[in-house]
Amino acid sequence: MAEKKVYSKLGEMLAKGEFILTGELEPEKTCDLSHTIQEAKEMAPYVVAANVTDSPLGIVTINSLAASHIIQKEANIEVIWQLTVRDVNKLGIAGMIMGGHALGLRNILSLTGDHPNMGDMPESKPVFDLDSATLCMLVREMVDKGTINGYEIESPPKFHVGAAANPNSNPMEAEVLKIGRKVEAGCEFIQTQVAYDLEKTIEFLTALKKYNIPVLLGIFPMKSYAMAKGFDTFVPGVDVPKDILAKWKSIKNDYKTDKSKQKEMYDQANYEFFNPFITELKKKELLGGVHCMAVHYPRIFPKLIEVIKD
Amino acid sequence: MIITKLKDIDEIYEMIKPYSKILIAGCDGCCQPPRSINEAKVLGQMLELKSKMNGKKLTWKAMTVLRQCDDRIAGSTVRPYLDEYEAIVSLACGLGVSMLNRIFEDTLTFPAQDSMFGASENHGDNRYEQYCDTCGECLLGETAGICPVASCAKGLHNGPCGGQVDGFCEVGGYKYPCAWIQIYERLKKFNRLDLFNKFRPPKDYRLMTSPGHLELIQEYTNAIEEEEVEK
Repeated sequence: MAEKKVYSKLGEMLAKGEFILTGELEPEKTCDLSHTIQEAKEMAPYVVAANVTDSPLGIVTINSLAASHIIQKEANIEVIWQLTVRDVNKLGIAGMIMGGHALGLRNILSLTGDHPNMGDMPESKPVFDLDSATLCMLVREMVDKGTINGYEIESPPKFHVGAAANPNSNPMEAEVLKIGRKVEAGCEFIQTQVAYDLEKTIEFLTALKKYNIPVLLGIFPMKSYAMAKGFDTFVPGVDVPKDILAKWKSIKNDYKTDKSKQKEMYDQANYEFFNPFITELKKKELLGGVHCMAVHYPRIFPKLIEVIKD
Repeated sequence: MIITKLKDIDEIYEMIKPYSKILIAGCDGCCQPPRSINEAKVLGQMLELKSKMNGKKLTWKAMTVLRQCDDRIAGSTVRPYLDEYEAIVSLACGLGVSMLNRIFEDTLTFPAQDSMFGASENHGDNRYEQYCDTCGECLLGETAGICPVASCAKGLHNGPCGGQVDGFCEVGGYKYPCAWIQIYERLKKFNRLDLFNKFRPPKDYRLMTSPGHLELIQEYTNAIEEEEVEK
């Protein structure tokens, strides 16, 4: 691989080997990004960068390229542009990568993307011309060699590219070997799907050690019982543990009348669960950082940064 | 074989509405479920009834062709009826419907079916399975004979994706197996995970071009025919 160059704050922190926190922003089915920008502003002081999602679960939202650019500009936050191979062919994606650079983006998270069948436009054509590994390869070619299919790009884009991994995957070995392919294709960092099972996560992260790549553990602090239940039900491959669901339910019921106390209790419960979880993995030197997917829950970041900085 | 699905009778009726005399052509080729003379007769009766309900008289004849996708066979079998009928309804797959339209330039042939996929017949599970997508670039040597192009919902070259849970695919609600986990398990069984590990570059879609063409080598076929004549 070519020598490590730094194109963004994220790239710089990863190169230094610092333990980092990234966030996630989920623009919705709207052309008005003011809510997401507000959320990004609240999150900005605590995170190195924030992911901007690309129609997750196949549900159509504002285009992630446009949203990434606007959020980065308006909220003064570095963005990790989530780019799926679901909707655009290789030719289109190569053009988007150049467009992304021109719009000031410097980090890409390469994703396959949820199948259109899962979302609100199930009749649309599933493209998948590339997959998440071959997208990493395309980005690396464009950035490191300055070419597309061997043809020179006059002024090539500059990007860091990461990919996803699922610590809950069964069989785990297939997932680990797949990450190996992504690393071979030029992926520079990994953000994982949400994990709740400490033992399984340790096993998974230990298996990834051989690839010598920073892994940011996906966590999902839950703002409310409804959020926890929804996540458990709708996100493939993730089961929120029963005791967490029970605890969140009891907070919901016990503090029905006092909403501000209820909020405080939810925040505290998240802290109490994630603090030992992250600390243990950090102690074992299995993590490059944490990727917090606390969508619409930016107030958790000040509390979370205590865990990261510990 | 080609798996087909009969269109809704209203849709077929809409296509043939302008005509009062139609020929209904079954196909004895590889169309599955079978769409032969009996199915052609049933379709004729249904269309006649539908016409009657709409105050129209429909004259029809049912016949069948050994293989509608062969120009010689289809041409010689269907041509004798052409003078009597204004249009054809074909019970073949899209290949047959296209062939009849190409060889009989002065008659329109309408499809009675939707063509679904090329399939293998799996008697063990009592199912037809799409094991191949005729993509022009066979990967089966690397994937223990399980095709990710045909069997993975996303046709991924480097799977599995995050949509598999315990070996089942999110598409279809975790009812169908994840092709890439099947590939992993089968390669593991033969101690060939080196093949699973392999990074595969993006697919070359020039090899899957549409429309597809393959020139028959004329000298070769002529030589064979001459040889047979001599014998």
